[in-house]
Order: sequence, then C-alpha cells, then structure tokens
Amino acid sequence: MNSGSLGTEVLGPEEISRALTRIAHEILERNKGAEDVILLGVPTRGVPLAHRLGRRIIQAEQGPQATADLEHLVGTLDITMHRDDLRTNPTRALTPTHLPPRGIDDAVVVLVDDVLYSGRTVRAALDAISDLGRPRAVQLAVLVDRGHRELPIRADFIGKNLPTSRTERVSVHLQETDGRDAVVLA
Amino acid sequence: MRHLLSAGDLSREEAIDILDTAETMSATQQRQIKKLPTLRGLTVVNLFLEDSTRTRISFEAAAKRLSADVINFSAKGSSVSKGESLKDTAQTLEAMGADAVVIRHSASGAPHRLAHTGWIDAPVLNAGDGSHQHPTQALLDAYTMRRRLRAAASRGADLRGLRVVIVGDVLHSRVARSNVDLLHILGADVLLVAPPTLLPVGVRAWPCEVTYDLDAAIASHQPDAVMMLRVQRERMSSEAGGFFPSPMEYARRYGLDASRLAAMPEHAIVMHPGPMNRGLEISAAAADSHRSTIREQVANGVAVRMAVLYLLLAGRSESRPELPLEA
Repeated sequence: MNSGSLGTEVLGPEEISRALTRIAHEILERNKGAEDVILLGVPTRGVPLAHRLGRRIIQAEQGPQATADLEHLVGTLDITMHRDDLRTNPTRALTPTHLPPRGIDDAVVVLVDDVLYSGRTVRAALDAISDLGRPRAVQLAVLVDRGHRELPIRADFIGKNLPTSRTERVSVHLQETDGRDAVVLA
Repeated sequence: MRHLLSAGDLSREEAIDILDTAETMSATQQRQIKKLPTLRGLTVVNLFLEDSTRTRISFEAAAKRLSADVINFSAKGSSVSKGESLKDTAQTLEAMGADAVVIRHSASGAPHRLAHTGWIDAPVLNAGDGSHQHPTQALLDAYTMRRRLRAAASRGADLRGLRVVIVGDVLHSRVARSNVDLLHILGADVLLVAPPTLLPVGVRAWPCEVTYDLDAAIASHQPDAVMMLRVQRERMSSEAGGFFPSPMEYARRYGLDASRLAAMPEHAIVMHPGPMNRGLEISAAAADSHRSTIREQVANGVAVRMAVLYLLLAGRSESRPELPLEA
C-alpha cells in the first residue's frame, strides 16, 4: 500500500471493518450471546470503536431490522483520573463517563480501545471500573496489539497483532474522529 | 494557570474549562465510591486565617475526594496567634512539603503576596481575601447558573444573555466582586442593587449596571437569577457610621420577601452564598422555595473545587524543585 514519509498503512477501511465484524462475533461466541454484555469505549478512539462493535453485535443478534438500543449496550469510560502518568504530562482534559442504564454490576464488561501497548491504560481502566461497581467479568478488545507490555495484561479480542519496535509509532485513524479509516505504522 | 487568585484573571476559555471539568467531577460524586486516586501523594494545606465553615470544609472534601492529604491550619491555636508573620508561616508549610496552599485571609491581597513574592513555590488558591476576591465562589455560582438555566446544553456553554441581579452589601462583598468579574467574562449582564452606603467608591467603573431600587430592578430587568448577598455585620463597626438606619428598614427595601419572589420571572433562581441572615436579606419563604439553589450551591462547591485542584495540581509541575537532602 502507500508508504513514504507518512508511514505505512497496515490496515485500510475494509480490513478494519472485517476485523471489527470478527471481534463482534467472537464477543458473542465467548459470552454465548449479548445478554449482560456491555461495551465500554476508552476515549478518544475506543469510543467510536465500541459503537461500531455495538452496532455489529445488535445486527448479528437481531438481523438487519434490529431494534435494540445502542445506548443499552455501549458506554464511555474516562480513565484520566486513574492514570499513573498524570504528574509527568501536561494536564489532561477530562471526558464524561457514560454507563448504560443497567450499570456495570454483574455485567460482562468489554473494554474497547484502539491500541494495546504498555498496558497502563488498561490498568487505569480496571481501577476506574472497580470504582463504578463489580462486573461479573472484564474482557478487553483492541484493534491493534503492538506488544511491549509493561504490565501482566493481555487482550481477549484482537483486530491485528502488529510486531513493532518501540521507536515506531502506531496511529489509528477513524472516520468519526479523523475523517478516514486507517492504521498507520511510522 | 499556575495559581487561582482572582476570578478576573481567567480567560473565557479557562473559565469554561473549569466549569466543564466540574461537571465531570460532579458526575463522579453521584457514585457509591466518591473517592478518586488522582492526587494521591500530594498535600494540600488549608491556611484559614479568617473564620470559615463551608469554604474550608468544601476545600477539604474536594481535596480528600481526589485522595490528596489535607492539613488544616487556622489562626486560632497556631503560631499565628503568637505573632508569626505570613512569610514565616508560609515557609514553614513549604518546608513540610505542601503541594498547594488554599488561603483565606482578612487582608485583601494576602494570596497575591503569597503567590508572587517567591516565599513558596506551590500553587496558591484564594479562598477569600478581605473584601477583594473569592474566585471559587464565583465559579460555583456560575456553575450553578449554567446547570439550572442552560440545562442539557450546559457543557461548553458560557452565560451569554443571562440577566443576573446581585443585591445587598456590595461594599464588603468579595463574592460580589468575583461574580461581577466572572459573569462579565462569561457574557452575562449584571445589575447591582444596593443602598448607596453599601456601594464601594468606583463601582461605576465595574462592568455592570448599578441601581438603588430593588422592586424596579426586578420589574424592568426580568432577571434569570437573583443573588442575595449577606449583610456582613461583623465588618460594620458602629464607629464607621451606620450603613442603614435599621435592620427592619433594610429588610423592607432590600430583602427578598415573598412578594418580590412572586414578581420574579417563573424560571428565575434565587441564590445566596451563605451563611444567611434569615429575615434580613432573605426571607424564609425565598430561602426555602423550590427556586432557591442555596443547598445546590454548596454541593456544587465541592465539584468546582475538585476541578480547580485537578487543573492546578494533576499535570506536570514546571519548576517544583526537590527539597535538598539534609547533610
């Protein structure tokens, strides 16, 4: 695909779409349906990914004339106040946390993020979840796993395993936030 | 933003950023577990050299909800009552490792002095200085107005077009000064109503209108919010001359009673920074009505102060030197 100074596109729009469809079905398979499942997107790009997964899950369960409400399946989890690197960065803006109306107690929470790297974001998200309630289980879905974990954390659902070096940058672009769908390695 | 000394120092964007952050903080306070780990390991000193209940408790609650350690320090029972200077007190706090100092002082300008003399390096938050400024009060008032009057569209919004009437002892009121500054920055129209004796010299230069007649103000201005100020009797010595002939006359001309409450527009809210003199500036009917936001203001105060502490303390500090190890 196109390369050069802007980096290599490792996933295009079709590949991202297929990966998300596969992850949606894997979530349904693992949890034997969508009952008690809620998807929590981690801002910024985990949020549109969680919505896309939610739409695919509803379609897979109810067919194209699906009537289920996305708001009951998908939420947003702000983890900023639980980060361990707040003191070493400029002040971060907070985003609101929205939970589906049933709350997270006894639910199967699927965390959704774009890139899994050090695992520190996920650690912060697990802390944020434990302040909100007690889910039956927490699972993790990511579009890209680029390795280099600094904590004992792994993903349950992975769009693409991408071996990288620490000096490389992985950027995920999404239609909702960036105007196009692509995963770029630079 | 390095310190919070005056509401007038804020830009429109900074003020809206604080109010938006406070909305997120407020949402976390509806949860069963209200404590967040955000400021773990940091120490906030409440240096209250003038009496206060709600502001001190509010700052203390805000710091504790963000997991900071809080040291309360008041003039009574400390070396200040032995005559220790502000400089020495501040440097003692610095040496003990204070990461932020919240100061309330009876002298206007004390927080500014603390922040800009190089005595200490920590961020300084003004919790009320003399008759000068009380910025977190203005922020929580603006937050309350935005929440009540902008409802669902509050996030990111300013107060453009809102009409606010502030009534009472403007002369002694840091709440009035801070509110006039912040409401002007956020685009609201402010009208001050007070007897001529309780208006400071130079009030005509403030970014607001001024009048003496409360009934005419309510009728002509059709306010969205009416903010009653406390009559600060502790600052009115009889040697300084009477500011009004009698409490009864003040209540009749400037108190918010049931008939003035009824004359306000249907949606208008009643605000008071507390503590209230019931029967003087505000009647029980107004204070306890469903249009009163007085208790809401107290709850919002914690969220706003959490937001300010977060924005001043959570990020990287530019130049906080490590304490030298003792040899």
